[in-house]
Amino acid sequence: MDFIFYFGEVFTLTSMLLLIGGTIGGLIMGATPGLSPTMTVALLIPFTFNMTPVHGLILLGAAYTSTVAGGAVSAILLKIPGAPANIATTLDGHTMAKKGEGAKALQLSFISSLIGGLFGVFLLIFLTPELAKLANEFKTPHVFWLAIIGVTVIGSLEAGSVVKGLLSGCIGMWLATIGFDDIQGVKRFVFHPALGGGVNIIPALIGLFAIPQVITMFSKGRFQTDMEQIQVKKHPIAAAFREVFSRKRALAIGTGIGSIIGLIPGVGGQIAGLLAYDQAKKFSPEKAKFGTGHSEGVIAAESANNAMVGPSLVPLLILSIPGSPTAAVLLGGLVIHGIFPGPNLFIEYPEVIWPFINSMLIGQILMCIFGIYIASLAARVAQVPQSVMAAVVLGLALFGSYAVQQSMGDVYVMAVLGTMMYFLERFGFSAAPLVLGLILGPIAESNFVSGSLMASAQDGTFAFFFTGGLNILLVSIVVLSIGLSLWSEITAKETER
Amino acid sequence: MKKIIAALAISLMGMSGAAQAEYPERPVLLMIPYGAGGATDFQARIATIPAGNEDMLGMPVAIINKPGAGGRVGWNWFANEADNDGYTMGGYNVPHFIAQSIKGGVDYSTDSFEPIANWGSDPAVFVVGKDSAFNSMADVVAFAKANPGKLTFSGAGLFVGHHIAALQIEKAAGVKMLYIPNKSGGAGAMKAVVSGEVLGGVNNLSDAFRAQAAGTIKILGVADLERNAFLPDVPTMMEQGLDVDDTSVNFRGVMVPKGTPQAVIDKLAATVPAMFAHKRVAQKMKAGGSPMKIMNRDEVLAMWAKRQVTLEALLKGL
Repeated sequence: MDFIFYFGEVFTLTSMLLLIGGTIGGLIMGATPGLSPTMTVALLIPFTFNMTPVHGLILLGAAYTSTVAGGAVSAILLKIPGAPANIATTLDGHTMAKKGEGAKALQLSFISSLIGGLFGVFLLIFLTPELAKLANEFKTPHVFWLAIIGVTVIGSLEAGSVVKGLLSGCIGMWLATIGFDDIQGVKRFVFHPALGGGVNIIPALIGLFAIPQVITMFSKGRFQTDMEQIQVKKHPIAAAFREVFSRKRALAIGTGIGSIIGLIPGVGGQIAGLLAYDQAKKFSPEKAKFGTGHSEGVIAAESANNAMVGPSLVPLLILSIPGSPTAAVLLGGLVIHGIFPGPNLFIEYPEVIWPFINSMLIGQILMCIFGIYIASLAARVAQVPQSVMAAVVLGLALFGSYAVQQSMGDVYVMAVLGTMMYFLERFGFSAAPLVLGLILGPIAESNFVSGSLMASAQDGTFAFFFTGGLNILLVSIVVLSIGLSLWSEITAKETER
Repeated sequence: MKKIIAALAISLMGMSGAAQAEYPERPVLLMIPYGAGGATDFQARIATIPAGNEDMLGMPVAIINKPGAGGRVGWNWFANEADNDGYTMGGYNVPHFIAQSIKGGVDYSTDSFEPIANWGSDPAVFVVGKDSAFNSMADVVAFAKANPGKLTFSGAGLFVGHHIAALQIEKAAGVKMLYIPNKSGGAGAMKAVVSGEVLGGVNNLSDAFRAQAAGTIKILGVADLERNAFLPDVPTMMEQGLDVDDTSVNFRGVMVPKGTPQAVIDKLAATVPAMFAHKRVAQKMKAGGSPMKIMNRDEVLAMWAKRQVTLEALLKGL
C-alpha cells in the first residue's frame, strides 16, 4: 500500500497543472488522426529534459493515458481510428453517431475507458512482480498462437459473410509483407520507392477508413445534404454511467482481455480492442445488434484499450524490456533522468515511480471528466453538412498520414489503399478485418520464422509450437474460436429457414 | 506537432531571410532513420540540445524521423531526396549503412555522404541469461564446438552491428552457431535472452548495462578494442582469445549529403564536435547510460574507410 503515501507529490500545483495540461493535450492529440500515443509521448520527451523526474513522468503518464482514450473521439465521430487501438470502437461507435447518439457513444467510451484504465493501473500497483513472471512465460511460439487467435477473429468481425471477412484479412496480410524483410534480408513487393519501408500502419488505417467515406460523401452531391439533417440527441451523464454498469459482461470481457493482452510483450494494445469486441459479441445474447450501434460494442472495445495501459508497463518497469513502442519511448523518458527500470525500481526510486503511477490514476479520472465535457460539444459534428464534412475529413487524412514521418510516400499509400477500399466496400468487404490482417501478419510471420529457426536447434518445429501447457491452451482457444464461429454461422442459417 | 511548427517556422524564415546572411540563417533539420524514442533518436535529441547557443550553430536543430527497413528508408531518402544546402543533416549508424550498401539493394554508399562528426559509440556485447551455465566466452565456444549449429543466440536483425559481431565471433572461434534475428530489434532480442528462449545473444552495451543492473542477464564479453568505462570488469573478446575487433561497434554521428557546399561542411565540422562536447550533453548521455565518443570529420572519414575494407572482407560470400 506504499503508493498511498506518494499522492502528496501529485497534488502539488505544478504536478496538477502538468496533469491537466497533459490530459487535455493528450485528448486533442489522440483525437487527431495520425498522432498516435507513441508519437505524442515521443514528442513530449524533449520537454521533460528540463523538468524534475517526477514532473516529467507525470506529464508523460497523463499524456499516454489520455491519447489512448482520445483516439475514440475521431473513431466515433469521423470513423477514423486515431490509432490501431481504436479500430473496434468505430464498429458500433460510429454507427451510434450516425443515428445522432454521438454524445452517448462518447460518454460510454470515456466511462468504460476510465473503468478499464483504473483496473489496469491497479494491477500495475498490486501485482507487478507476479505479472512480470507471467509476461516472461510468453515466448515466441505463444506470441505466434496469439496472433493466430487474432486471425480467427477476422472472419466473424463484421456482420457480412465469413468468407469475405477472411478474404479481407488475407489482403491485409499480403499488404503486410511489402517492404524489406529484416529476418530473411530480402525485398518483397517493393514496386515503388514509397514502399521500401513497407506499409506503415497509421497511414493505412487512415486511408482505409477515411477515404471510402470521403468518396461516398462527395458522390452524394450537395443537394441531398439538407435532407440528411440528423437530430443530435442529448444524453444525461447519469444514464451513461447506468448503461455502462448494466453491461457488466461486456465491461468485464473488455477489461480482462485488455489487461492480459497489454501484458504480453510484442503484441501491444493494437489488437486488444478487436479481441475484446469479438469476445463480447460471441458471449452476448444480442449478437445481431453488434455493428448496428450497440452500446456493448463500444464498452468492450474502449475498456479493453485503456485496461492495457497499466499492464503494458509491467515488462518495462520490472524486466527493463519495453513491450510496446510506447513503452520503448517511455523507457527513454526514464533513463534520461538516470532511472533504470528493474526489479529494484520500486525500492530505489519510490519517490519517482509511485507519483508516476498515481498520476496515471488521477489522469484517468481527469480524462473521463474532460472527455465527457467535450462529448456534448463534439457530438454536433454529425450536423455538419456532408460536403463540408468530406473536405474536413480529407484534410485530416492528408495531414495525419503525412505527419507520421513527414513522408509524401505515406500520403500516396494512404490515397491508393483508401481508393481501393472504396471499391472493395461496394463488394461487401470491410476495412476492420483488412487492418487486423495488416497488424497480425507480421507478428505471426516473424514469430513463426524465429520460432522455426530456434526449433531447428531443439526438437523440431512441431514440438516447438505444440508442446507445453501454454501452447496447448492457446491452440485450444484457436480451435474453440473457429468452432464457435462455425456454430453461430450454422445456427444462423437454420433460423433463416 | 513540434516538428510541424518547426517546419512552418523554417519555411517562413526561408522566405524572409537575407541573401547575404551567414549559414545557418534558419533552423537545421536532422533526419534520423529510426523511430522516435529509439536509442539513436533519443541520443540525437540530447546531442543537439545546445545547437541554438550563440557559440554553437546559433539555430536549433529539429529532428525528423524516417524509420523503416533497418534504416534503409531514411538513408535512401537522404541520398536521393535531401537538399544539399546544409539545412538537412542526417544521422548515420556505422556499421549498419556501410554493411547494407555492400550487401546491395540500396541507393547509397559511403560516397553518397559527407561525415561531419561522431557523438557516440555503443559496442556490441555478448549476453546470457542470469542462470546460464556459461560464464565466459570460452564456455560459449566450447559448447558451440561440441554442438555445432545448436547454440542459439539473438540479435537485432541482419547486417546491423549485432549481426556483424555474431559473424566475427563465429569466424574467430571457427564454430557454427545459430543467429536468430529479432523483428522487434534489440529489445526483442534481449527479451529472448532474459526469458531463456535462446542460449545467448548479442546486444547493445547500453541496454545490456541496464539489464545487468536489473539482474536479468550476465555480460560475458565486449566486442571492442578496449574495456568500456561502463563495464570495467567485463573483458574484451580479444582478452578472451577471440580475434574480434571494433568493426561491430555502433558509431553514431551526423553527416550531410554529397554536394553540400564546402564552406558549410567546414562550418559544421568546426562547430558540431564542440556541440557534442557541451557539458549538458555529456551529463545527459552519462545519465542515460549512453557511451560517448566524439570524433571530428577527419577521424570519421578514416573510420568509414577502414570499415568499408573490413566489412567487404567479412561479408564476402555471405
